[in-house]
Amino acid sequence: MTVTTIIFAVMAIFTLGGGLGVVASRNLFHAALYLVLSLFGIAGLFILLEAPFLAAVQVLVYVGAIAVLITITIMVTRRLMGPVESLNRQWPVAAVAAALVMATLGFVLVNQFSGISTAPDVPADGLTLLGAAFVDPAGFLLPFEVASVLLLAALIGAIVVARD
Amino acid sequence: MKEWTFIAIIAVVSLATPAAPILIGKLIGPRKPNTLKNATYECGVETVGDTWVQFKVQYYIFALVFLVFDIEVVFLYPWAVAYNQLPLFGVIEGVIFIIILAAALIYAWRKGALEWT
Repeated sequence: MTVTTIIFAVMAIFTLGGGLGVVASRNLFHAALYLVLSLFGIAGLFILLEAPFLAAVQVLVYVGAIAVLITITIMVTRRLMGPVESLNRQWPVAAVAAALVMATLGFVLVNQFSGISTAPDVPADGLTLLGAAFVDPAGFLLPFEVASVLLLAALIGAIVVARD
Repeated sequence: MKEWTFIAIIAVVSLATPAAPILIGKLIGPRKPNTLKNATYECGVETVGDTWVQFKVQYYIFALVFLVFDIEVVFLYPWAVAYNQLPLFGVIEGVIFIIILAAALIYAWRKGALEWT
């Protein structure tokens, strides 16, 4: 029982407990707060995998922006504030979608990661390699530029929906 | 991994510091509740209306603009770290990325989405 194992256990409890709180909470606002806890746990797991940049991104984007955006989405929607029914008419569709996602993730986990017991070494200049790969035509150039167009479309769409 | 030890210690202390007075108050504080003490108040004044109210949609627009530029930072940070090793093509690609998102900011600005009306 090393220190790393204990920290992993604590972070796993944060992640899974937070995820359980998200689905079990009757109040959608509380579910969003549980989501923050879960996302913090994932940031801790990234640190254990020696990926500090991903951990910082996890806190900056997922906790700092996306969780705040979800919270505000709930706050600007009148019917979602306060306790709501946990089951509505769409629950069979949601159950099928959730089962499909779980099956896909389970398949990937068993298929790709079953033989691996230790994390491979992280290169020391990983961040530089990532930055160079973003603008390399043989790397991630197209997704990099598409991401900016996607963000532009998201902003325009939100402004059109919210104001007009 | 050593440098994360300090962050872990700070995280534990920052959670324990607000939790300690609440727990101590729960454990050793006297409890004599009455109707007046249990009433909901805000800065000593009684609250008006429901607490779970709908908020202005402007909050959402501001959060979304923040999200867009937050993600921009995530993409540009590795690009800036690798800046000295990039060919001219790579630098121009980064600039195009910034220009597209600058267009998003100009759109939000010209549409008046950043005004609090």
